[in-house]
Amino acid sequence: MIINGVTIDETFAEAFPMKATRAIITAQNAKWAMIAAQTMTGFATSVIACGCEAGIERVLSPDETPDGRAGVSVLIFAMGGKGLAKQLETRAGQCVLTAPTTALFAGIDSDIKIPLGKNLRYFGDGFQIAKKISGKRYWRIPVMDGEFLTEATTGQVNAVGGGNFLVLARSQPQALAACEAAIEAMRKMPNVIMPFPGGVVRSGSKVGSKYKTLNASTNDAFCPTLKGATKTDLSPNIESVMEIVIDGLTKEDIDNAMRVGIQAVCDLGAAEGIERISAGNYGGKLGPFHFHLQEIMA
Amino acid sequence: MSALTFTLKTQPVQRVDMSPLVCQTLQGLSIADIAAQELQSGKRKFRVDELFTIDGSDAQNIVIKNSIEKLDFIGKELDGGTITVEGDAGAYLGMSMKKGEIKVSGNAGLYAACEMKNGYLEVSGNVGDFLGAALPGNKMGMKGGIILVKGNAGQRVGDHLRRGLILIEGNAGDYCGSRMTAGTIAVMGNTGRYLGYAMRRGTLLLWNAPQLSASFNDCGAHTLAFLPILFNSFKALNSKFADGSVGFNRVQRYAGDMAEIGQGEVLVKLN
Repeated sequence: MIINGVTIDETFAEAFPMKATRAIITAQNAKWAMIAAQTMTGFATSVIACGCEAGIERVLSPDETPDGRAGVSVLIFAMGGKGLAKQLETRAGQCVLTAPTTALFAGIDSDIKIPLGKNLRYFGDGFQIAKKISGKRYWRIPVMDGEFLTEATTGQVNAVGGGNFLVLARSQPQALAACEAAIEAMRKMPNVIMPFPGGVVRSGSKVGSKYKTLNASTNDAFCPTLKGATKTDLSPNIESVMEIVIDGLTKEDIDNAMRVGIQAVCDLGAAEGIERISAGNYGGKLGPFHFHLQEIMA
Repeated sequence: MSALTFTLKTQPVQRVDMSPLVCQTLQGLSIADIAAQELQSGKRKFRVDELFTIDGSDAQNIVIKNSIEKLDFIGKELDGGTITVEGDAGAYLGMSMKKGEIKVSGNAGLYAACEMKNGYLEVSGNVGDFLGAALPGNKMGMKGGIILVKGNAGQRVGDHLRRGLILIEGNAGDYCGSRMTAGTIAVMGNTGRYLGYAMRRGTLLLWNAPQLSASFNDCGAHTLAFLPILFNSFKALNSKFADGSVGFNRVQRYAGDMAEIGQGEVLVKLN
């Protein structure tokens, strides 16, 4: 398959089941809601070492938030419910509770509840106040700028992590420009995050390593400087490869995000130095979710 | 199916215990069975059809017409369904109700919604003392649900209140929120003396400045984030509370009762 001169490889991205939650952060203005959201989702690029994958889903207008203030919704993904709960609580406590004027609310409903402010309330040292409003429990925790309002719990849902595609370009600036275009389009899609810095990862990995202590290492088949030194997947004219990783609440959400992202890259086309779109997988044996590029773009 | 309607056809001399006439106990019974139910009145027992004419069949939707203030225990331990009272209700209206909805077009007597667990109770007129309170000797009053009073409430509103919401469009009498351990009482009108007497926790939300005891301490003026969410939750109510313009988030906060553990609060609207 070729779109606008860009070859779409006959391959697939392989993704895994994860647990996810959404939280809504509001603040006195959009600036402080965004600061809290960026802090809460910092150092959360990969479950390999961060404990979770997190990102900003979108900015919310005041009429979309529970308290009528400017807000941001964030999604957090982890491999299990226990890890998700721990990450959520730690990040809420250190990054949102501490951020001036913020409030924190559940962003997703589910039968499975995980603590949001339920345990943070103890920071109130006995002065915290519970309020149950329309069936939801809130905690009012006295803090130095006034009161930190937080919902007690949020929902935990099954999700999918690790959808991806690779952008293979004739130069590094062209690969980056294409990824930036893809991310701009994908950020408009609901229920997904692209957890790596700016949504783009330049150090895609393969499973395993020559070093026994490492379970992942550089994806040498896609490293352009190793074209002559390893079994490469790159043609001679490809000088740079970048990857976009997508976590989504459902497989369909990732399908849709991949489609608009790849389309944005293809819109730039061969004229802007884009040669191929490929994807990372492990032979289909590890992850139950397969995203076939040509089917998505059909 | 039309509502199961009980129309009072005689004026009982003594008070009547209406507790058998709730949705869950009448469900599935024939009109003849319902008519044969007995209601205690003083030391006598009356068949239901001696006091009421009975129409309709939907036991999940009960209407009591020509109701008077001698009909006690209406909706006692109601566990789903609706009861509409046309006229006044006696004492212990909606006592210990668990679920469902009770609406009274007139006034209600003492101990309305006492020890209520959940559901919704609305009184268009006034209510007597001990609204949403604990029964004498008990330590736990209302534990959940919403009470809306469009008129005035008597003394000891929410005595020993544990959880839930009491909304009063008119005035509340003395000792409003006495001994409450949590929950919220909102009063649009005026409040009497000894507001929040011995309250431990909970919120008294007032539109007008109260006469506070010396054991309530001023915590200053504040903008509280939970108030817009609370007011937003009133929007579905058939009440002045549903009017967006009555809400506020700027309050003077008083902590008390300091003669108790002092973790309660009186929030007074600031203009």
